[in-house]
Amino acid sequence: MPTSTSPTQFALLSRILHWLMAAALIAMLFIGVSMVSSLGDYHRLLAIHRPLGITILILALIRLLTRLLTKAPPLPPTVPPSERVILKISEATMYLLFISLPLVGWAMLSAGHYPIVMFGSVHLPPILAPRPELYATLRKTHTVLAYLLFLAFLAHMSGVLFHQWVIRDGLIGRMLPWAVRPAKEEGRG
Amino acid sequence: MEGSESKIPTPASLLNAASLGRLAAIGVLVVVIGGLFLYAGGWLTPHELTPAGLVNTFEHLNGVHDGFRRNHAKGVGVTGYFESNGQGQALSKAQVFQPGRVPVIGRFALAGGMPFAGDTPQNVRSLALLLKSGDGEEWRTGMINIPIFPVNNPRDFQKFLVATSPDPLTGKVDGAAVGAFLGQHPETAAALKILGGTPPTSGFSDAPYYGLNAFRFVNAKGESTPVRWWIKPDQTTTTADASTTDKNYLFDAVIAQIHSAPLRWHLMVIVGQPGDSTAQAASQWPADRQQIDVGTVTIDAIESEDTSPVRDINFDPTIVPDGISVSDDPLLSARAAAYSKSFTRREGEKKTPSAVSTAEVQK
Repeated sequence: MPTSTSPTQFALLSRILHWLMAAALIAMLFIGVSMVSSLGDYHRLLAIHRPLGITILILALIRLLTRLLTKAPPLPPTVPPSERVILKISEATMYLLFISLPLVGWAMLSAGHYPIVMFGSVHLPPILAPRPELYATLRKTHTVLAYLLFLAFLAHMSGVLFHQWVIRDGLIGRMLPWAVRPAKEEGRG
Repeated sequence: MEGSESKIPTPASLLNAASLGRLAAIGVLVVVIGGLFLYAGGWLTPHELTPAGLVNTFEHLNGVHDGFRRNHAKGVGVTGYFESNGQGQALSKAQVFQPGRVPVIGRFALAGGMPFAGDTPQNVRSLALLLKSGDGEEWRTGMINIPIFPVNNPRDFQKFLVATSPDPLTGKVDGAAVGAFLGQHPETAAALKILGGTPPTSGFSDAPYYGLNAFRFVNAKGESTPVRWWIKPDQTTTTADASTTDKNYLFDAVIAQIHSAPLRWHLMVIVGQPGDSTAQAASQWPADRQQIDVGTVTIDAIESEDTSPVRDINFDPTIVPDGISVSDDPLLSARAAAYSKSFTRREGEKKTPSAVSTAEVQK
């Protein structure tokens, strides 16, 4: 892609992180919701849930930094001003959820007097002193935030697909991991 | 973007068959993903037994007692230490088995969800322990004073609880329901026969406590061995005395004993052989299996749950250090899931003072 003052895609690192995190987050949401309703798989799923959550936290922080330090491609003119405001708010909300969900989980285990086991003998230090009443609140918050993230994911996916399939403005090209030329009429990069 | 088509589309321009078809495809995708999420969360299979369902069974049978565990509700906190003799190192690389001492925090309790129930000799007694080694790793284990569990999986456990609990109206156990359950579950009938032949000891301090579920020990060479463990009392064992009926007599006795001298148990590891099932808590391994004494648990202080940290600790048996791993026993994952649910509920409730009060413990 030739250098230009307004890029057509997000930074390569942002794009790679986007799809990595999408896979990790969808897996995580399904693991989380299955885990709490399963007697037989609870232990196995929980063993994945903790280290995957911390991995997502690290990826989210790198991605936020990349997003702040690089230039975002402009939105196509098919996105009206009112929708641009919604997009800004939803992007900020999703970043907030990516970071707060694992942090709340970590804080919750700390408050509940649990060891924060990653794998083998590797464990993280608590980020709060044991506090039972805080545990209960954080545990509920963790669930509510997870449902919000799932709804945000559905809204995000529907919105992008609406642009891609119905308006056909090639909006998704901004985030595809491979290089995409400026969208043609058909928007199929 | 280029060309005259890159304008903001009007709703009318989207009203064609192709666009509507694609719109419908997006709708279908959302419904499918949302449906999968609901399925994963158990909302579409309400008859499957869930952690919440199991805890609800306890609440149904015992009532909800704010701030208390849904099972093993009546208890008292203890502290002490574990002194490893190094014999466990051949089987497990966990630091807790290296020679030396680690602090122990624990809890004596009675099985059942009634925090103010009177003590009886037949009531199953438990000792939960948390051993914390220098590397920060924790080993939590919940043990009971019977050598095997009556059932092999959580679904059977729930049915067993319901069948063997007294009717709230008549106060009597329905013999026909118990008979029907035993008819369908020969493993439970066999387990109860063994349990019937091992009468309870007189108190908490002279009882052995069994880990029940099998685990795996993994040593430094990566070798994995199926194991079970139990603790063997140093205190002289005497059988239960039926004349004692005081409401808290079991707790009062262990309080007095700890005040007069520390209590000790040997931690015995039963080494399984290839072919020994690790998924059947209702049956014992053959009696000739090697047993290794890996060290001594000493309990030297006791404290009411009103002030002890054990009130807010979940003795989840799947919290084990590197060097101990969870086996394929379905009860282990189920215990972790149900304990977590019980913990979340009680931690969010107002705390009620324990039946074994601070004043009682200081007597």
